[in-house]
Amino acid sequence: MRLGLVLSEVGHGLRRNISMVISIVLVTFISLTFVGAAILLQLQINQMKGYWYDRAQVAVYLCTQYDEGGNCNAEEATAQQKSNIEQVLKSAVLAPLIQHYDFEDHEAAFKRYQAQFAGAEGTSFVTPDFLPETFWVNLKDPSQSDAVVERMSGVPGVEQVVDQRKYLQPIFDALNAASITAVGIAGLMLIAAVLLIATTIRLSAFSRRRELGIMRLVGASNRFIQTPFVLEGVVAALIGSALASGAIVAVVQFFVQGYLNATPSSTPFVDLGDAFIVVPILIVGGAGLAAISAAVAIRRYLKV
Amino acid sequence: MVMIRFDQVTKLYAGSARPALNSVTLEILRGEFVFLVGASGSGKSSFLRLVLKEENPSKGQIHVLGQELGKLSSRKVPYFRRNLGVVFQDFRLLPQKSVFDNVAFSLQVIGKSKGFIQEAVPDVLKMVGLAGKSGRLPHELSGGEQQRVAIARAIVNKPSILLADEPTGNLDPATSAGIMTLLERISGGGTTVLMATHDAGIVDKMKRRVIELVSGQIVRDESQGGYQTQALPVQRQAPPPTASGFGAPS
Ligand SMILES: Nc1ncnc2c1ncn2[C@@H]1O[C@H](COP(=O)(O)OP(=O)(O)O)[C@@H](O)[C@H]1O
Ligand SMILES: [Mg+2]
Repeated sequence: MRLGLVLSEVGHGLRRNISMVISIVLVTFISLTFVGAAILLQLQINQMKGYWYDRAQVAVYLCTQYDEGGNCNAEEATAQQKSNIEQVLKSAVLAPLIQHYDFEDHEAAFKRYQAQFAGAEGTSFVTPDFLPETFWVNLKDPSQSDAVVERMSGVPGVEQVVDQRKYLQPIFDALNAASITAVGIAGLMLIAAVLLIATTIRLSAFSRRRELGIMRLVGASNRFIQTPFVLEGVVAALIGSALASGAIVAVVQFFVQGYLNATPSSTPFVDLGDAFIVVPILIVGGAGLAAISAAVAIRRYLKV
Repeated sequence: MVMIRFDQVTKLYAGSARPALNSVTLEILRGEFVFLVGASGSGKSSFLRLVLKEENPSKGQIHVLGQELGKLSSRKVPYFRRNLGVVFQDFRLLPQKSVFDNVAFSLQVIGKSKGFIQEAVPDVLKMVGLAGKSGRLPHELSGGEQQRVAIARAIVNKPSILLADEPTGNLDPATSAGIMTLLERISGGGTTVLMATHDAGIVDKMKRRVIELVSGQIVRDESQGGYQTQALPVQRQAPPPTASGFGAPS
């Protein structure tokens, strides 16, 4: 096949349909940016899960004199009860699940509280005996917290057992919803992109129907006839993919790393490494989609 | 050697009640010059399209150049067509390409090298009598010259069969005569020429094999025929009229 001839045909086609080509570029750009954003959000969720779930603990709060819920009778958990609780944590049922646990007494809890809410209003009313003593349990596998929560909840002197992961769930739910929304928008835009590419290629083929008729008559192979059109779609889509890739990299570089990561928070964020995972997906996906829709669109002109 | 063989070929287009070709059986041999005559709508173009495998027969078998067309996969059709040249009444040139480029285009798209094209195109333009006009655009040529370009394009790849669908249909008698001389010369070079026409003058003068179609049926197959038979048309239906063994010099 004569590469120069094919490429000059592609160039001609692109120039002849310049406004359609620009719309393909824009639509693929926007749709693939949404695809990229959805992938980044998923990567972000995974990273946060990995980070926080490792740190998430199960808190076994003991009774204070102010508690009447749980297994409490408005009395401090007794030393007897505490040692019993420890026995349960060390029991054959729970011990294999538990990596380690720490005991936090009233004073320690109060110190942590003061550090956490330093300067906040109303903290001066809180006294150490108000804050429950707590066993902080780290699990080997955070997803197996149910067994611990269930077992510990019934033990005398325990006010409440809380899996910290449940505080994170709403955050993940929100991120998930955002990524599903991005996927939905991306899907709709991709449908538009595919239809636009197909229409453009048909227009291009129609405007060259004389040449196509002669090519078929003199025996040009299907591949030879098809290739310039497929390339036309692919080139337009590649420009769109490149722009989308640029947008994704820019968002990660300037918004996530430059802005979010600068805020005081220990949450890990996606970085350029993650962006460069997304880029090839966008490039290959955009080009592949364009190639397929162009090839399908041109098939009618290949019928012999 | 048989170049084209039709075996009980019927072509019925979708949505039409009457077949365009009705149980046509014939053989065309190497080097023959054959006129396909008949009124408008008698099935001449359909016949040529079947030879090209632009259409498939509804019934019957077609062999061209030893290949059974029904068994030819669509992927192989382009390669099969490289052995056939085609010319139409309306020339079908690319208006924005020069004479040279129109002919070169048909070689480029089948992957011929630049070197081959640089040699073959001037040769064929000389052969059709357009040596001095290779830089002209089609609209700068007369009808006869445009048809010569189309013929040059059809034969530049040295096909074994040349199909011509009313090639003189848009030309005056004098110009037509020039085109016929050219086609005769091509036929003399060993190419099988099959020409659909309803130009009585040309057919009568050339004294070549004439196949007449009426409503898709062969009603006459004469080895040195005129446009109209002197006698009553011979109704030869079944046994294939094998050109009376005449007109096959090779
Ligand atoms: N593509 C087609 N679809 C349906 N009918 C067709 C088609 N082409 C030709 N016909 C019909 O087939 C018959 C033969 O047509 P054609 O082969 O073009 O005859 P000719 O070339 O002798 O004028 C006509 O009745 C015509 O209307
Ligand atoms: Mg016709």
